[in-house]
Amino acid sequence: MSQGVLSVSDVEVGQELPPRTVHISRASLVQYAGASLDRNPIHWDERFARSVGLPDVIAQGMFTMGSAINVVSDWVGDAGCIVEYGTRFTRPVVVPYETGADVVVTGVVTAVDDQNRRATVELTAMCGTDKVLGRATAVVVLG
Amino acid sequence: MAVNAGFTGRVYPPTAPYAVGREKIREFAEAVGADDPVHTDRTHARARGYRDVIAPPTFAVVIAQQCDRQLIADPEAGIDFGRVVHGEQRFVHHRPLTAGDEIVGVLTVDSVRQAGGHAMVTTRSELSTTEGEPVCTATSTIVIRGGE
Repeated sequence: MSQGVLSVSDVEVGQELPPRTVHISRASLVQYAGASLDRNPIHWDERFARSVGLPDVIAQGMFTMGSAINVVSDWVGDAGCIVEYGTRFTRPVVVPYETGADVVVTGVVTAVDDQNRRATVELTAMCGTDKVLGRATAVVVLG
Repeated sequence: MAVNAGFTGRVYPPTAPYAVGREKIREFAEAVGADDPVHTDRTHARARGYRDVIAPPTFAVVIAQQCDRQLIADPEAGIDFGRVVHGEQRFVHHRPLTAGDEIVGVLTVDSVRQAGGHAMVTTRSELSTTEGEPVCTATSTIVIRGGE
């Protein structure tokens, strides 16, 4: 890649990435719905969400996934270095009108491949005591 | 209505080209709080070696879900969209999606299975440029909740 990208020599297994807290309001969900073309009303219409058995409006899983990866982009220095990213959506993020929701994202390096200059990062995304992403891992190419 | 297990292995024809736009990338990056200037500043992106601004890692879902829509909208598939929950998502980037790309997607239904009254459908969208250069493989599992 190029200047400003984290070097493989600066990365080791067990290294923790600087965490990030994502505050989610109803406005965040509407903005993401527009940007992503996901127009499912369970993400912005609480009457509809309740009518299909949900406690309230829930965040798009892809919003949480898309926000969580910023922890890795910030750390590595270039979002284009992320070559793989996958997750399971284990718990919904409920977003009440009054308070919104906070998702705390942390990451740890679980593998380093010096020869191919690659590292694997495992992400954890917590909303209160709920783990909202499962087996969230990203592979990055380092400098 | 049950999800049609006979759809396993089905491959759909390539989608109409999706033009990856600079302003759409900006809009998506802002929506997910991706503040890396590589998504919004052409000069910065070029200094990093890209042709133009690049999309955030999950932007490919916009195109992949257009591919998935072919299956979900197929009445023979038996998928009730009101009961669909996103179970799993994965991207393998062969290179970053870049403004100016014209992308076509080929959808394959990798599996249809039943578990505990629910159906789980895994699809794979192979995204490539109109010239045939592979860009991204997006794999998605949706869960269709069983009826009451």
